Amino acid sequence: MLIFVGLGLFDEKDVTLKGLEAIKNADIVYLEAYTSRLTGTDIKVMEKLYERKINVLFREDVEINTDWLSDALDKNVVFMTGGDTMTSTTHIDLRLRAAEMGIETKLIHGPSIISAVYGLSGLQNYKFGKSASIPFPYTSSRGVRVVTETPYDTILLNKKSGLHTLVFLDIDPEKGYMTAKDGLKLLMEVENKKSAENAEDAGTFENIVGNSIAIGIARAGSEKPCVYADFARNFENFELGGPLQILVIAGELHLEEAKALVTFANAPVEILDE
Amino acid sequence: MGKRKQMVERVTELMKTPDMIRNIGIVAHIDHGKTTLSDNLLAGAGMISAELAGEQRFMDSDEQEQARGITIDASNVSMVHTFEGEEYLINLIDTPGHVDFGGDVTRAMRAVDGAVVVVDAVEGTMPQTETVLRQALREQVHPVLFINKVDRLINELQVDEKEMQIRLGKLIDHVNKLIRNMNPERYKGGWKIDAADGSVSFGSAKYNWAISVPMMKKTGVSFKDVYEYCTNDDMKTLAKKCPLHEVLNDMIIKHLPNPITAQETRVKTIWHGDKESVVGKSMNKADPKGPLAFMVTGISTDPHAGEVATGRLFSGTLLRGMEVYTSGSVKKSRIQQVGIFMGPERLDVDGIPAGNIAAVTGLRDAIVGSTISTVENMVPFESIRHVSEPVITVSVEAKHTKDLPKLVEVLRKVAKEDPTLQITLDEETGEHLMAGMGELHLEVIAHRIEKDKGVEIITNPPIVVYRETIKRLVQNVEGKSPNRHNRFYIDVMPLEPEVVNLIKEGEISMRMEELERRQKLIDAGMDKEEARSIAGIYGTNMYLDMTKGIQYLNETMELVLDGFEEVMKAGPLAREPVSNVKVILRDAKLHEDAIHRGPAQIIPASRQAIQAAMLMAEDTLLEPYQKVFIQVPQNLMGGATKEIQGRRGIVLDMKTEGDLSIIESRAPVSELFGFAGDIRSATEGRAMWSTEFGGFEFVPASLLGDVVAGIRERKGLKKELPKASDFLDM
Ligand SMILES: Nc1nc2c(ncn2[C@@H]2O[C@H](COP(=O)(O)OP(=O)(O)OP(=O)(O)O)[C@@H](O)[C@H]2O)c(=O)[nH]1
Ligand SMILES: [Mg+2]
Repeated sequence: MLIFVGLGLFDEKDVTLKGLEAIKNADIVYLEAYTSRLTGTDIKVMEKLYERKINVLFREDVEINTDWLSDALDKNVVFMTGGDTMTSTTHIDLRLRAAEMGIETKLIHGPSIISAVYGLSGLQNYKFGKSASIPFPYTSSRGVRVVTETPYDTILLNKKSGLHTLVFLDIDPEKGYMTAKDGLKLLMEVENKKSAENAEDAGTFENIVGNSIAIGIARAGSEKPCVYADFARNFENFELGGPLQILVIAGELHLEEAKALVTFANAPVEILDE
Repeated sequence: MGKRKQMVERVTELMKTPDMIRNIGIVAHIDHGKTTLSDNLLAGAGMISAELAGEQRFMDSDEQEQARGITIDASNVSMVHTFEGEEYLINLIDTPGHVDFGGDVTRAMRAVDGAVVVVDAVEGTMPQTETVLRQALREQVHPVLFINKVDRLINELQVDEKEMQIRLGKLIDHVNKLIRNMNPERYKGGWKIDAADGSVSFGSAKYNWAISVPMMKKTGVSFKDVYEYCTNDDMKTLAKKCPLHEVLNDMIIKHLPNPITAQETRVKTIWHGDKESVVGKSMNKADPKGPLAFMVTGISTDPHAGEVATGRLFSGTLLRGMEVYTSGSVKKSRIQQVGIFMGPERLDVDGIPAGNIAAVTGLRDAIVGSTISTVENMVPFESIRHVSEPVITVSVEAKHTKDLPKLVEVLRKVAKEDPTLQITLDEETGEHLMAGMGELHLEVIAHRIEKDKGVEIITNPPIVVYRETIKRLVQNVEGKSPNRHNRFYIDVMPLEPEVVNLIKEGEISMRMEELERRQKLIDAGMDKEEARSIAGIYGTNMYLDMTKGIQYLNETMELVLDGFEEVMKAGPLAREPVSNVKVILRDAKLHEDAIHRGPAQIIPASRQAIQAAMLMAEDTLLEPYQKVFIQVPQNLMGGATKEIQGRRGIVLDMKTEGDLSIIESRAPVSELFGFAGDIRSATEGRAMWSTEFGGFEFVPASLLGDVVAGIRERKGLKKELPKASDFLDM
């Protein structure tokens, strides 16, 4: 049996009781530590509470060398991730591979960053469009710096329908955690580039994101999460402290949403007038 | 005021008057007298004493250069000559003649506008003479001819006066034929050399005299007089009447272009940006007020100032404290010092205007070939293409383990100073490999690491550098990313020889305008659709994107190309560099979310598809060849040809001249180790020989297995040969 367990948002105590039971009953426990991290704890503390040895899996183990899956043929194996399980789109692969091997699988959910964002920001979940992610820019061996435009395009698409965009920020073993401020800077870079390229088509990309309200959230699930809202063009103000961080670019704000942002996230009061 | 200081002041004054400047290189086959000639020019400018000229080899300031009696590094000197009552600034580069250091010639040709081609009157044009002439003409550098060692012609070969003139005439005709073949447009456009107009001169650098037709008219000294001075052992008087530097100045100043004239026609071959842009226009007229455009042609290390970049300033004025961009780097740097060269010494000046050769410190990330500009994202100059490729390699280790970090640093430095040297770290064995042009090249570098940089090293016997390539077409090979959400479908095939040539000749590159590149490829016979799909060129390999309208592919292409480059650097069969391979991307599937198509996903997918496809397409090895030219007394010719034939070599041509046999042959580099000693004993030490890079050929099928196994073992790779499936099954 392979049980996927979501550990929740911040530290070892965010796991559900069901999840904890499953871990304690497991023969082998794996932790996937590259798509998300529990920044409020460490492996030692987790092992103590879960009373199990934790085996850390890296990207290659999850994507390429999945030999460890065969343990689940005759043992109880728990595969733990931060947040809710299966939020990372690639994990379904693992479940499919297990199914192919004739392994029974089960999911135990954990608190998810997605619902935490709705809660902390006060934005309504039905008003979100497609989500996006921002990877760190890449400099090729020819010295070309590539900044992806995909998240920007997704935001634009959502905004056309008045929808908000949830933006995941990159976690990289070498470059570290991307902050909301870094993410906004990159979005603004794309916006500036696009408006320069389309200069004759004046106004097409002029400050569409820059004039949007951005909501930065840090350390959701901790005692002191930080939620801050401001115009995206004021990205320098997004000093949210340590990881993990996530970003929302707002579409059209409902009055209730705007009130919540002003009250709980320091948003500029002028957004109430619109 | 000190003499030196006075000189610097005159130089700085003259730098501002481009029509009084000549940037020239002295080029020739090894030992034909370039450095001795440079001495004469230095003496003429009052920079060394006239007595020493001909003996001192002032420009060969390096200890190894003096010890070995050859030039190893190109060196620069700026000097002032008075000619017909006017002062001129001559920026001169003395280049090495040994093939192993040919890279220095190539780089120098980018910095200069004219070249004095020196030919030994006795030996005549040699293979390396042709090579350097070709390099000059390819860079649109205007040549003039100096026939040196005429004293030997008279005193050693004892030709009479008439025979002397016939020989010199023949030599001039031959050089003209070379110029015509190598650059017909320029030849027709007035680059034909002609004794009558003074673009040819004759003389003896060792004995400080020279003569040309204009000089004969001026002084009344005739061929007959020259002949007599030489046979009567009175070349001193001849040198007083016809000093070499005066004749050369006449030739250089009258026939070689000043930087403005030169840049008008040169810039378009070395820079492919927009000619109508501000910087484009400014370069065309060497405008000192325009934006800065400086091309680095050399890097050296100065114990005090650190890295010094030498190069040619095509536009703008170099000033201390100036903030500049370096091509390929995002960081700006601030220029610390600007200076000129006086042989081994570098002297600081306040500023250097366009059209000069300059030395600069403070450039971060600059390497040979970098474009330095005040314009952000200036289209870089065309890269400098070296004619030869590294053919042999040695592994180096630090003698004392504690020196390892220092060795790594020193290797990085020597590679930066000498771009024809390739340093790689063999990941499997942890060895550092140094690949170079020949045994002498690597010996000199090893010596430098020990003596100049102070790290004791152990080097292993040299081995050959091979190339991987494929023999046939393979279609539709799939590469998957580790997360399986991204897939690439590619074809591989041998790249057409015509296209390989275009790349080798520097005729096409990714820097030039797409339209221009496309046209050249179509003219060379490439299919129109293919010609418009070039995504990357690495070495003599090409990556084509022939997909249509695939979303996100655009922003993923750089990653795809990084995967391609990784394979081209080290092929799947033996991890040797790859040559002459064409990869065509036919289709791709990409994950919608940018996070799931980052470097960790795309690079392996792109790489593995190519690796697998190459193995299916009969991946094989090419080995380097060298041309070997041997001069040997006729009775000993048999011994010499046997040496070649016993080394899988072939004799291409055999001529006799007097009692000498001249053999032109070709043999694989792998068989040539130890050739120097063997030919010496086979010919009683009477053979004179030189080599030249001779291209690559397939390793014979009967040897391939052993060669591959040998390389894999040395590199610590798995013994079994890799299979395509190793790169596909995941
Ligand atoms: N007889 C005679 N010997 C000369 C003349 N010019 C140079 N030599 C000698 O030729 C040898 C080579 O001279 P260099 O000036 O070092 O030649 P080079 O072309 O600079 O040599 P590399 O830089 O090593 O290619 C020296 O021994 C010189 O003394 C000449 O006009 N007559
Ligand atoms: Mg020399």
